[in-house]
Amino acid sequence: MKTSPAHTASGEHYFVPQPSYYPAILSAGMFLLALGFVQLLNHMAPGKWVMLGGTAVIIYVLFGWFGKVIAESQGGAYRDWEDRSFRYGMIWFIATEVMFFAAFFGALFYVRMISVPRLGDMMAMHGFSLWPDFAGTWPTSGPKGAAFTPMGAWGIPALNTALLLSSGATVTWAHWGLLRGKRSQLALGLAATVLLGSTFLGFQAWEYHHAYSELGLTLGAGAYGATFFMLTGFHGFHVTLGTVMLAVILLRSLSGHFSAERHFAFEAVAWYWHFVDVVWLILFVFVYWL
Amino acid sequence: MNTASTHAAEHHGEYHPGGLRRWLTTTNHKDIGTMYLTFSLIMFFVGGLMILAVRAELFQPGLQLMKPEFFNQLIGVHALVMIFAALMPAATGFANWMIPLMIGAPDMALPRLNNWGFWLLPPAAILLTLPFTLALFGIGDGAIATGWTFYAPLSVQGGMGVDFAILAVHILGISSIMGSINIIVTIFNMRAPGMTMMKLPLFAWGWLITAFLLIATLPVLAGAVTMLLTDRHFGTHFFDAAGGGDPILFQHLFWFFGHPEVYILLLPVWGLMPHVLATFSRKPTYGYTAQVYSFIAIGILSVVVWAHHFFTAGMPVPALIYFMFSTMAISLPLAVLFFCWIATMWKGAMTFETPMLFAVGFIVLFGIAGLTGLILADVAADAQYHHSYFVVAHFHYALFAGGIMGVMTGVYYWLPKWTGHMYNETLGKLHFWLTVVSFNLTFIPQFFLGLAGMPRRIPDYALQFAEFNAISTVGAFILGLSQLLFAWNIWSCIRGGPKVENRVWEGADGLEWELSSPPPHHSWDTQPQVK
Repeated sequence: MKTSPAHTASGEHYFVPQPSYYPAILSAGMFLLALGFVQLLNHMAPGKWVMLGGTAVIIYVLFGWFGKVIAESQGGAYRDWEDRSFRYGMIWFIATEVMFFAAFFGALFYVRMISVPRLGDMMAMHGFSLWPDFAGTWPTSGPKGAAFTPMGAWGIPALNTALLLSSGATVTWAHWGLLRGKRSQLALGLAATVLLGSTFLGFQAWEYHHAYSELGLTLGAGAYGATFFMLTGFHGFHVTLGTVMLAVILLRSLSGHFSAERHFAFEAVAWYWHFVDVVWLILFVFVYWL
Repeated sequence: MNTASTHAAEHHGEYHPGGLRRWLTTTNHKDIGTMYLTFSLIMFFVGGLMILAVRAELFQPGLQLMKPEFFNQLIGVHALVMIFAALMPAATGFANWMIPLMIGAPDMALPRLNNWGFWLLPPAAILLTLPFTLALFGIGDGAIATGWTFYAPLSVQGGMGVDFAILAVHILGISSIMGSINIIVTIFNMRAPGMTMMKLPLFAWGWLITAFLLIATLPVLAGAVTMLLTDRHFGTHFFDAAGGGDPILFQHLFWFFGHPEVYILLLPVWGLMPHVLATFSRKPTYGYTAQVYSFIAIGILSVVVWAHHFFTAGMPVPALIYFMFSTMAISLPLAVLFFCWIATMWKGAMTFETPMLFAVGFIVLFGIAGLTGLILADVAADAQYHHSYFVVAHFHYALFAGGIMGVMTGVYYWLPKWTGHMYNETLGKLHFWLTVVSFNLTFIPQFFLGLAGMPRRIPDYALQFAEFNAISTVGAFILGLSQLLFAWNIWSCIRGGPKVENRVWEGADGLEWELSSPPPHHSWDTQPQVK
């Protein structure tokens, strides 16, 4: 096995940033957030205020740290060598996100293929069962769960699939605009993507409301409710993050950032958006449809 | 392109705060490596004190010193501290210090992220141990008491300590993921011109596979403990059969992370062993390519064998057989590594300085871990040994003799490079012999206890187990006290001692030995050309 050296010229100097307070402050903010969350969960009075403080610190750092990185980028501190570090970093970050979703999909497949059928088969296989009447079919809220109506695939979920797929197309169209120097196409494509993402989130909020108020489908609705809300919920959270990041990229494009040659931030957000898109497709098939 | 002048300007304006601010704000891989290693050493003693309290309780049958609940808390937090706050940070500290030096890089690829990775650790350690303190003030019922594995349903029913541990694991996970991303990017993007992947030092290779394993498995642990949190507080039924879930699901998710975690702890050590063995045998490493492919094979196998940790929980026979044989298959690439280590020493001009003593001790004792692991991998035998002291002894041979002694090997080997001073060789050798003898005194009796049927994680035991437990406790206290020698030796080596050359050890080979000891602030400001 022979690979070529990963970078080009020697004698080049890599950009090593100056000392920075942001990482330590971010850690302190996360500590407060975690501490407050534990307090909140255990019904201790200061919990939500500690969480609020932690969130404020984290938001401050996000502005400060990303602001510094954007300033460095605009100041020309990053060349191909640094750019490649960011790209590799983003790719492996998305890989961790994939594995995070894999855990929840794993849980879904496990309950559907193993734990629920086994609970239904206990009487036949072992001659005893705590719940002899439990059929072990999917969807279910389990032997002791309350009745609920599962979420159908062909209403809002199908519409949301169309929305996310088109948003993948609009962000690519924006990228073409950027590559060809058509700034208005760039801005328009990004704005359309943000709009599609927000509409998706609006529909999902409506769907959650519908589930809770009319279908009896809640987080507590057994294995189905847990996997449904945790998978779609974490996905929705990622769409929210992606939409915010796209909005930032839109604002940066409007202020003239990014060139056809150098636009790592744009691409990182676009990759992230496509990742969220693919997760949705798998979700649509296994959570809503099959 | 006028890089030379802009570069000079950059250096001219460089800002080096002193005191605490230096450590809080640093973006320098050596400073960050030092922080990781210092943190690791402190937490090694914290985790050690916890388990000495446990061993004191187990010195005699009956309950003498503590309530069973507190005993359970000490055991669980001991494991979490040793794994996440002592061993993993030590390995990350090595990576930070050595990978840029070894591959000819000016620094790690993402220096601010690097700093964040470290500074996430102290908050996580506080979250993990805070419940002990809170319990003293009557808040909550102490730290997590489920053992480090968080098994449901015990962890679903547990107190506030479980919430703290879940959040601590989240933060530790983010820290490890940031560290891993940084190491992967550094190895892929920062190598000196001419250093192809198959010229990459084995330590970097070991860490590369470790980093991939962390990226593949830590998010799954994060998902598992998130499900636990929602089961505890938000009414989900992931691990509750009444809702169609299954407590065994937690075991699957946990060990999908937990088994690769063993290799996460060991691969950096397997990476550094060939460097030490080759140096003190004054021969090139034997079987470089074979070792690289073994690392890769072990990395891949490690993510498909997880269910051997709960053979007795109940699963279909084909699953048992699959997990048994896949687990045993790991011994093949591992045996390749053992033979490469031994062949590296074969007919070498060997000397036994402290790092070499630790390396040879590692090979012997880690070999015992591997062989007893094969016994546990056997489904039929495991029905007898599962959850007994045999398991405890086995994984301490893997993680203390394999992990911690491997880290000590690295510390003694590289300390002169880091500080520019030679440590005290006599004290080092004394530390080695005390450690090896007392380690075996602690854990060999535990094999016998396990074979005789003593279960883990129980503060009291039948009278027939009394002698072996007493011996084990004596061994544990000697082992713990011997580590003070280690701390003292490191401290005095930082403070002073005979100056060392660039190439600290006569037989050492690699880019890291071409830089001064200690190395300059920006390690390889100009990248070397590797032929």
